[in-house]
Amino acid sequence: MDEILDDIDRWRAVGQRVAVARVVDIEGSGPRDPGAAMAVNEEGEVAGSVSGGCVEGAVVGEALELLGGRRGPGITTFGYSDDEAFAVGLTCGGTIHLFVEELDW
Amino acid sequence: MSEAAGIYEAFRDAIRAEEPVALATIIDGPDAGAKLLLQPDAPTMGTLGDADLDRVVERDALGMLDAGISEVRHYGQHGEARQMDLSVFVECHARRPHMVIFGAVDFTRALASQAKLLGYRVTVCDAREVFATKRRFPMADEVVVDWPNRLLDRIGDELGPRDAVCVLTHDHKFDVPAIVGALPTRVGYLGAMGSRTTHEKRTERLREAGVSDEELERVMAPIGLDIGGRTPEETAVSIVAEIIAAHTGRQAPRLKDGEGRIH
Repeated sequence: MDEILDDIDRWRAVGQRVAVARVVDIEGSGPRDPGAAMAVNEEGEVAGSVSGGCVEGAVVGEALELLGGRRGPGITTFGYSDDEAFAVGLTCGGTIHLFVEELDW
Repeated sequence: MSEAAGIYEAFRDAIRAEEPVALATIIDGPDAGAKLLLQPDAPTMGTLGDADLDRVVERDALGMLDAGISEVRHYGQHGEARQMDLSVFVECHARRPHMVIFGAVDFTRALASQAKLLGYRVTVCDAREVFATKRRFPMADEVVVDWPNRLLDRIGDELGPRDAVCVLTHDHKFDVPAIVGALPTRVGYLGAMGSRTTHEKRTERLREAGVSDEELERVMAPIGLDIGGRTPEETAVSIVAEIIAAHTGRQAPRLKDGEGRIH
């Protein structure tokens, strides 16, 4: 979270709404530990990262869906599981679970 | 704004001030997004929607903060253990771990640099003021001229499971008070440098000073993993590697557990 605070402050100071995606769990190998976070504002500007660049694009999409009211806060999973291949994966073969929410707290 | 308004500001300010802080968020359950902010010795902010749940999560989160772990925990609606109704993510920002190095020797310089690389706050302590200077250890956060037991009398209460005490003096005069002073603390790692022969002699002195066998087990000596390190820099790697293995609970070949020459 540390590295995204300055951007969040700047965006909130000009009245931008902000979504935050945080890594809450990883299975197998994952590039970032729980707590790694990424923030996205209404204009799609991004701060921070939640992987080695593998899923950030998809996270921006989820964040904009959330800010647009087309989804609620909740867990979003990227990676591969035994029974289902997700559209976006991690090259390292792991699975990451993100919690995506609006920063209204 | 939800009833959790203001939590972000408190969370942000604590992170920036490097004060320990934990943020618990319900990530799966009817009240997803609900938050509880915790800081040791300060009132909590926010709520997860149930007073009993708040109490249980507060207790767990403070333990996680102490250990520096961020992870998901599962609870019942009122905080019951072994139930899966709710998933709560606890994001912990612990203070930086602290490494106290006794002995202002060449190995100290390498170990202090290695510890800084891993994010430690580093204190170097030696009773000899010609050696313990900021000029010799510019990478250290503080250089203290004092006897080990006196420094530990002052800061021993602050040491916890993520912290480390490394005794590099090779001199019983300093080693013994450093180890005796560190044993009553909660420090997670206590290591002492020296050959097996040095440590045998030191062990005798420690026993004379009233240290029990059980307490002696806690002392990692000879310090470090058995990777054949020889130079100060290589030795520093073997020491921090032993500290990492101690935290993760991995089996790694410790010099303490082996026999024969250490390099």
